[in-house]
Amino acid sequence: MDVFFYIAAVVAIISTVMAISGRNAIHSLLFLILSLLAISVVFYLLNAPFIAALEVIIYAGAIMVLFIFVTMMLNIGIERETEKKWLRPRMWIVPSILAAILLLDLILAVKNIRPVSNGEEPILPKQVGISLFSTYLLGVEIAAILLMAGVIGAYHLGSQKKKVKHRFLEIK
Amino acid sequence: MKYVFIIAGVLLIALTIAAGLIWVERRLLSVWQDRLGPNRVGPFGLGQVIADTIKLFFKEDWVPPFSDKPVFILAPGILMITILLTFAVVPFGPDFYVFDSNIGVLFFLGNSSLGVYSIVLGGWASNNKYSLIGAMRASAQMLTYEVFMGLSLMGVVMMADSFSFCKIVEAQRGGWFFIPQFIGFIVFFIAGIAETHRLPFDIPEAEGELIAGYHSEYSGMKFGMFFVGEYLGITLISALISTLFFGGWLGPSFLPPVFWFLFKTFFFIGVFILLRASLPRPRYDQLMELGWKILLPLALLNLLVTGAILIFLK
Amino acid sequence: MISILRSMWLTFLHVFHKTETVEYPEVKPYLAPRYRGRIVLTRDADNNERCVACYLCAAACPVDCISLQATEGKEGRRYPEFFRINFSRCIFCGFCEEACPTYAIQLIPDFELAEYDRQNMVYEKEHLLISGEGKYHGYNFYKNAGVDMGVKRKGEGDNEEKPVDIKDLLP
Repeated sequence: MDVFFYIAAVVAIISTVMAISGRNAIHSLLFLILSLLAISVVFYLLNAPFIAALEVIIYAGAIMVLFIFVTMMLNIGIERETEKKWLRPRMWIVPSILAAILLLDLILAVKNIRPVSNGEEPILPKQVGISLFSTYLLGVEIAAILLMAGVIGAYHLGSQKKKVKHRFLEIK
Repeated sequence: MKYVFIIAGVLLIALTIAAGLIWVERRLLSVWQDRLGPNRVGPFGLGQVIADTIKLFFKEDWVPPFSDKPVFILAPGILMITILLTFAVVPFGPDFYVFDSNIGVLFFLGNSSLGVYSIVLGGWASNNKYSLIGAMRASAQMLTYEVFMGLSLMGVVMMADSFSFCKIVEAQRGGWFFIPQFIGFIVFFIAGIAETHRLPFDIPEAEGELIAGYHSEYSGMKFGMFFVGEYLGITLISALISTLFFGGWLGPSFLPPVFWFLFKTFFFIGVFILLRASLPRPRYDQLMELGWKILLPLALLNLLVTGAILIFLK
Repeated sequence: MISILRSMWLTFLHVFHKTETVEYPEVKPYLAPRYRGRIVLTRDADNNERCVACYLCAAACPVDCISLQATEGKEGRRYPEFFRINFSRCIFCGFCEEACPTYAIQLIPDFELAEYDRQNMVYEKEHLLISGEGKYHGYNFYKNAGVDMGVKRKGEGDNEEKPVDIKDLLP
């Protein structure tokens, strides 16, 4: 099982790097999807099949489709000069150093944390549901309120204004 | 060794049905349109399947120079892979399944949501206005219908107390789920038509307005994969309807369970083709309205009532 | 919802209907006598050509597929020297039949005109001319026309009055 884990992890890292450094927006998004799928495999191998399935359905299946949907409409298949300028190696130095420091931090932190689950028993949807609606009820409620605000905002943006019938009587 | 045979059997059944549907659909449509249909090649025109396959193999496999090549080649493969993967969790019989996952239903939903990419990317990579419109329509339609496709299945999951297809079938020994979950069945059926973008919901390819939409630039076996993928999708949705709502392989024991499963599946394939023969295509905004304003509230209501009744009976 | 189910049911009932189509090369479909198919030139009851080469058919033809050249026989009777129809251009509209004053050109119920060589689609007069009267039996243009062409004398037709004697004062 360890072999599969390392394969999935390496795929996730490589595809994420490709997603960041790619010049073609759609290709970058495809690499991002691949990275999400690899992470879902990692979740599955860590005995969390429910989260793995949700990762595919929600992130790879729904949110990334919307990303691609929007990017498709923007017609940015052609490489731009400005993009080339931004992606020159010199520009990467500072972010890479910062990211390297974070990585070092993460490695040190991971060393000291013991795993929450022992990785023997798979975490089933029922357990996730029970803990969501008992221990983490407050978080669920806050997320629900946030989503409700989003729905109302979308309704407000999407509602059409009443139009005056005659075009000369329209008030600008 | 047994495992290999089961995988081979599932692949054989799925692909044979999908290829045979090319002939079945044309013959059934001709019956309902008072025509004769293809009956020249071989007995009853069954050789038409082989003839069509040979034709698809030997056509020029043309990749348009203005297309995005890697994505263009990738797109039809995604469709075939996602649909064939889902067949792995479908139980054809009590011991005839590739693997019984404890997240089977979610596995199907995840694969069907990944299947959207093949159409969206195929339409975008073709670099053609009609294909792009087809891809846009497909992504909006499939995202919409995926939402309550999942919600409509949750009633079944609650009643069976499991995401595993085998346990869902076992839970229907007392009675098939299409009676208590009738609304769920209707919503899933309509969402299934929209997910496979079959007529009457074939607006992503609408040949009258979009010239085959997302796959108008495809030829040869790449088109063949879209073509067979559509029939595989019909087979999959029919198989899932019979598994989730009509007891799967359950049936009187004088015939083997696999027969009952295939019988139910073929019945729903017939209904799919009857829908194509009888109903016109709705307008795009009508499709969206049906989805968000009627089917989504219905699915949520079904979920609420099922949950309430189940708690009450406990 | 009910109407959708009803239309599906009505479509399903077509299983029990008779098929409208036939297996063509083995079973020939029924064609009405007025079917507009291959064009023929007919003869009258005396086995003479009906065509008087008036060019009306060529003028009426919307795709200009008819070409002919008029000439005169010994008695001064007009007939076409050649008459050519290019069936690869013909659209079988039947305007030539409507234009024809002598019922010479007629469309008959035959549509099997396929050829391997396109040049074979050009029909000459000997291919077009048949030895029968076609759809209109017993009609002879010269029985109704005023001119004497050996079919009837001047003024002896069915709906024709005797020619006026211009040297007589009586009515």
